Amino acid sequence: MTRGFRRIFFLVSAAALAVSFFLAYSQLEPAGRVHSEYGDMVNALTVPELHITDAVSAVNFNVRGFDTLGEEFILFASVVGVLLLMRRQNEEPAGDHEDRIDGRIVPPVSDAVRVMAMLLVAPTFLFGIYIVTHGQVSPGGGFQGGVILATALLLLYLCAEYNQFRRAVPQRLVEVGEALGAAAYILIGAACAGAGGLFLQNFLPLGKSGSITSGGIVALIDLGVGLEVCGGVALAVLAYLEELVEEKEQ
Amino acid sequence: MSEYMLQNGILVFVAVAATAVVLTRDPASQAIVVSFYGLLLGIMFLIFQAPDVALSQIVVGAIALPLMILLALARVRKQGPRT
Repeated sequence: MTRGFRRIFFLVSAAALAVSFFLAYSQLEPAGRVHSEYGDMVNALTVPELHITDAVSAVNFNVRGFDTLGEEFILFASVVGVLLLMRRQNEEPAGDHEDRIDGRIVPPVSDAVRVMAMLLVAPTFLFGIYIVTHGQVSPGGGFQGGVILATALLLLYLCAEYNQFRRAVPQRLVEVGEALGAAAYILIGAACAGAGGLFLQNFLPLGKSGSITSGGIVALIDLGVGLEVCGGVALAVLAYLEELVEEKEQ
Repeated sequence: MSEYMLQNGILVFVAVAATAVVLTRDPASQAIVVSFYGLLLGIMFLIFQAPDVALSQIVVGAIALPLMILLALARVRKQGPRT
């Protein structure tokens, strides 16, 4: 393909895309004015029947809780995949890669980064716990809060020496946390079935709308998902960091 | 028109930032630009009244994704180009 032909090809496709985009965009309803039947149904369901003030959490963890179970295990499977790819094989001697560049210096963490990370660890951790536990009340929930909690762990990694970090956050503990979080979703679902309902059909008292104890199983699922996501993201990132640290220690 | 000024404004910002991501050639700088783009997308979702999506977008698009890109880059650089 010559350069001239490629340019013409691009210009024609770009023009076609622009025209179709403009046609589609010009016929859209104004933002926030659309009234969908599904929206009305969800609104009629969330606060009156489920006692959940965040409609998105109500849909994700109650109305279509089974879908979200699948979504959670997408993350679980990807983390397991990353760990599998990054694992150290027996015949591969520690830190000695045949194709590594000699004399590459890993820059040390600057004091400014350490101080900033130290200041941010506690607020980030608290914010993560807040987001996880208030999923049924306000925007947020296990997925978002879990990533924030994992960020707090990484900030801890940034401000501490690697050995201290490992003592505070043992890999085994993170692994067990992730597995427990993933299992919790299924166990909660099974408990619902055991209590006489369907899988993931709420059987707990719904509590007062807008309070932290409202929503029945949704609050519990959020806790489990938060643990799973936090552990999963932390494990995936630590799998990469582990290798870099070995490099640094040589 | 002024009613939608905020929405239109953030859409323009997002479009500019997305172009900037494409035009950045160095992968390490691109990770930082994509983080900024993720933050703008998060603000866009907030303006379009989807705070749940905004939160996910900020934590994944502005933190997790650039971090994974940087870590992968560090690993690739460490190993060097395959010959």
